[in-house]
Amino acid sequence: GGSLTKLAYYSTVQHKVARVRSFDHSGKDIENEPLYEISVQEEITARLHFIKFENTYIETCLDFIKDHLVNTETKVIKATGGGAYKFKDLIEKKLGLKVDKEDVMTCLIKGCNFVLRNIPHEVFAYQKDSDTEFRFQTNHPNIFPYLLVNIGSGVSIVKVETEDKFEWIGGSSIGGGTFWGLGALLTKTKKFDELLQLASKGQHTNVDMLVKDVYGGAYQTLGLSGNLIASSFGKSTTADKEFSKEDMAKSLLHMISNDIGQLACLYAKLHNLDKIYFGGFFIRGHPVTMRTITYSINFFSKGEVQALFLRHEGYLGAIGAFLKGAEQDNPNQYSWGENYAGSSGLMSTSPDVYPMQRTRSGTFDMLEMDRLERPLVNLPLLKDPSTYIPDTVDLTDDAMARKYWLTCFEEALDGVAKRAAASQPDSIDALERAEKFRQKYWNKLQTLRQQPFAYGTLTVRSLLDTREHCLNEFNFPDPYSKVKQKENGIALKCFQSVIESLDSLGWEERQFALVKGLLAGNVFDWGAKAVSDVLESEPQFGFEEAKSKLQERPWLEDSYSQWLERLKEGPPHKCALIFADNSGIDIILGVFPFVRELLSRGTEVILACNSGPALNDVTYSESLIVTERIAAMDPVIQSALREEKLLLVQTGSSSPCLDLSRLDKGLAVLVRERKTDLVIIEGMGRAIHTNYYAALKCESLKLAVIKNSWLADRLGGKIFSVIFKYEVPCK
Amino acid sequence: VFPWFGLDIGGTLVKLVYFEPKDITAEEEEEEVENLKSIRKYLTSNVAYGSTGIRDVHLELKDLTLCGRKGNLHFIRFPTHDMPAFIQMGSEKHFSSLHTTLCATGGGAYKFEQDFRTMGDLQLCKLDELDCLIKGVLYIDSVGFNGRSECYYFENPTDAERCQKLPFNLENPYPLLLVNIGSGVSILAVYSKENYKRVTGTSLGGGTFFGLCCLLTGCSTFEEALEMASHGDSTKVDKLVRDIYGGDYERFGLPGWAVASSFGNMMSKEKRESVSKEDLAKATLITITNNIGSIARMCALNENINRVVFIGNFLRINTISMRLLAYALDYWSKGQLKALFLEHEGYFGAVGALLELLDSA
Repeated sequence: GGSLTKLAYYSTVQHKVARVRSFDHSGKDIENEPLYEISVQEEITARLHFIKFENTYIETCLDFIKDHLVNTETKVIKATGGGAYKFKDLIEKKLGLKVDKEDVMTCLIKGCNFVLRNIPHEVFAYQKDSDTEFRFQTNHPNIFPYLLVNIGSGVSIVKVETEDKFEWIGGSSIGGGTFWGLGALLTKTKKFDELLQLASKGQHTNVDMLVKDVYGGAYQTLGLSGNLIASSFGKSTTADKEFSKEDMAKSLLHMISNDIGQLACLYAKLHNLDKIYFGGFFIRGHPVTMRTITYSINFFSKGEVQALFLRHEGYLGAIGAFLKGAEQDNPNQYSWGENYAGSSGLMSTSPDVYPMQRTRSGTFDMLEMDRLERPLVNLPLLKDPSTYIPDTVDLTDDAMARKYWLTCFEEALDGVAKRAAASQPDSIDALERAEKFRQKYWNKLQTLRQQPFAYGTLTVRSLLDTREHCLNEFNFPDPYSKVKQKENGIALKCFQSVIESLDSLGWEERQFALVKGLLAGNVFDWGAKAVSDVLESEPQFGFEEAKSKLQERPWLEDSYSQWLERLKEGPPHKCALIFADNSGIDIILGVFPFVRELLSRGTEVILACNSGPALNDVTYSESLIVTERIAAMDPVIQSALREEKLLLVQTGSSSPCLDLSRLDKGLAVLVRERKTDLVIIEGMGRAIHTNYYAALKCESLKLAVIKNSWLADRLGGKIFSVIFKYEVPCK
Repeated sequence: VFPWFGLDIGGTLVKLVYFEPKDITAEEEEEEVENLKSIRKYLTSNVAYGSTGIRDVHLELKDLTLCGRKGNLHFIRFPTHDMPAFIQMGSEKHFSSLHTTLCATGGGAYKFEQDFRTMGDLQLCKLDELDCLIKGVLYIDSVGFNGRSECYYFENPTDAERCQKLPFNLENPYPLLLVNIGSGVSILAVYSKENYKRVTGTSLGGGTFFGLCCLLTGCSTFEEALEMASHGDSTKVDKLVRDIYGGDYERFGLPGWAVASSFGNMMSKEKRESVSKEDLAKATLITITNNIGSIARMCALNENINRVVFIGNFLRINTISMRLLAYALDYWSKGQLKALFLEHEGYFGAVGALLELLDSA
């Protein structure tokens, strides 16, 4: 670019992952052996890095590339933008690679499609005068068609219809270069940022002729407000009056923003589009221009068209150029996930409040995306994927909740760091790494206090995920592995007696006991503060005690009677999809007896567990071992496994929460094949923090025990209140 | 009852049309009150009024028949900021004693209504701007311009040698897009005499050109600004497609001569220091004109209209803009759209107001 270099590169990252492996128990006394073996292994994964820095550092950057460039068949480096020309010789000389210049717009659109598809909360609308100015959008499953308006020195308006089909449908010469060039002439201010600063302090009404200047008031018959600009610079038609720099800059900003907005709306109307993404240096993170463009679009489209902005707008060209270069590897076949630990967020919108942040982000900024092993897709059972929002509370919106949760995560941080260090007693640098983790996550939390929108919509989920990413960053892939191992072992020993006592009950009693078991199991959650306190001090906190802690019926949310009715009167479900939560008592004594009952009714079961570790949640690989052990004890489970009536799948996620729009493709395929007609979501993270309001096409059961007194209070209950939400979609 | 006036008070200019009856009988002459006579004499025997009022003699319509009377229609303009002086003059000449109605349109009809009443003892008849505009356009086009065509277009607009201004027959005018460029711009889609709508408008109009020129060059009149522009070179100020891509940008079918960024070269300090005031004036003119052309073209496409009539005082003595509009519309629409112009540029609102007066009588 003109002043910033954006570099995109692909690397392999070596990091530690926790693995579990079943022991060979043949002929051994298994009583005192752990259930399975845990090992930490090195794994190599792929990561995309995007870095933005000032052009002055380009030589340093080229040295870095030279040192880290893995000897491959790479002969060319793809470059785009104005600087591709300028630095061509330098790059070729330093790296010994040929510079291949790529078309700017093609790169931009490739990059745009990539971020729209892969980064949740990439897109936001700007709203002034609200607590947080950014309103993030749910990713629509179909991103096309859209209009991309790139405001560089001029304006390009491009209609994008498919991945490879786009068309330049128009443009305008009045753009960022006009603001900058004309602004420099009028105000003798040289820098773009300074011009924007001037503009934000000015009064355009001193320079512009307003409708009320012409009419003396509003133009009633046309419904034009008196404050509308009738003629930009219409008051400066005199040689003998001085105008302030600020006022002229403001007038110029309005003139240009309005003009662009108007043209964009005219093009949107002609092509029947209602989404316009804005980018280019005129927009890039500048709240002032986002505000005026948004205003203009609202005005000219009468609210029918939405002005949208992208969090990673500045990287689009670099991402696109990278993708062009990597076409052989086809990065688009993979799903990618934003790594919160390695990415700097959006810069502050109020430089006065937080100047440091802005300076840093303005000059050095990065984005990292991990390549996910398997593609992620929507759950086919979502009622309306385009309006599905996983998160129940938007903390960017809800200042009180935000304050509570940020404090809650801050207070829990020392404990998490301590546990992380303790999980690797044999490692000499565990303490040091745990401290680094603590510092990094602490800083993230502080950033989020200042800029809740830094990584998209702030939610309990994003706070949890960020913590997991930070733990991974410092090689704590699974701090709870030993705890989970131990709990799984203990719970397995109780499995048979739990089943026996359930089997001794009458049908109706048993249904209730199963639900209660499921709920009691869910009390065992290290992620919840109230429980981890108890578990720390009373490791033998028993299943029965948990049951006694549960709220008595009627529960806080209680549709148990309807559920029972459904079981009694209706035909058995064809197939149930269960999202499991915690390992140990939860999965083994809560979920499995429930699964067993469903199987006995003739319902097939798909049991979905996380692909990677998060807190004490059961992982897919742990679930395989646990299931195998249960099958050895229980003929119902055993035959179901053999006949493929019980299927174990991974969710594709490593989060304590659940985003039903980003699930493993294999899961989605299976759900469709087996004609799944019941979805069961368990636990606070998956059924309350997320998906509490998720609407599905089939019957669903959301159950959880609220293990946080603040949240319980908010929902109108007490700690250990029960949520039992059985929903049938309306016909 | 004479006198017959039509007034259009815009943001920058006041446009006044005056019907001078030429078929006054001896009896009428006898009865004509002194005031009325002096107004008639004053207006018709001068071409300039005070320091800023001007009669566009070349636009005068001769031997017009209006309401059964024969006469000449005069076109007069003065800056809106002299409006108080105008009202003052009306008051001194005891205009109110003539018991005539003064029909006025434009924003100033609202803004100065109070002043007319208190200072001039005159009750304005306020008329809708758009009604008047369309009425005026249709009327003047129908009566023609002293035997010539009121409407015209440009052939070969960019070729100085071959460029020709040719008459255009606007007998079946509908539908048409009417782009009125005054201080700001209003764009109307006209489907019939009564059926029309305001499609949109832009604040980047004549006032913007003149206002920016004043700031950039220190000029003080519209004429001066245009004169400077005619001697300037905008390509020194603007960044063209070829400045960025070395030639045409074929990927998007953009010709090298197209402006990529208005004032784009002015981002550089050296270039800011090397341009002349004339260059800046020209660039301002080109920027505003191209933008109006672009918005007009988009409106024409959205409304599915292919004739675009440009009017308004921004086009007065402004051949550069007219030819540019003609060319831009033709080029970017691949010959689908035609730019048309009318000789009486900015006076249609005032004519419409006069016609309303006669209709109401």
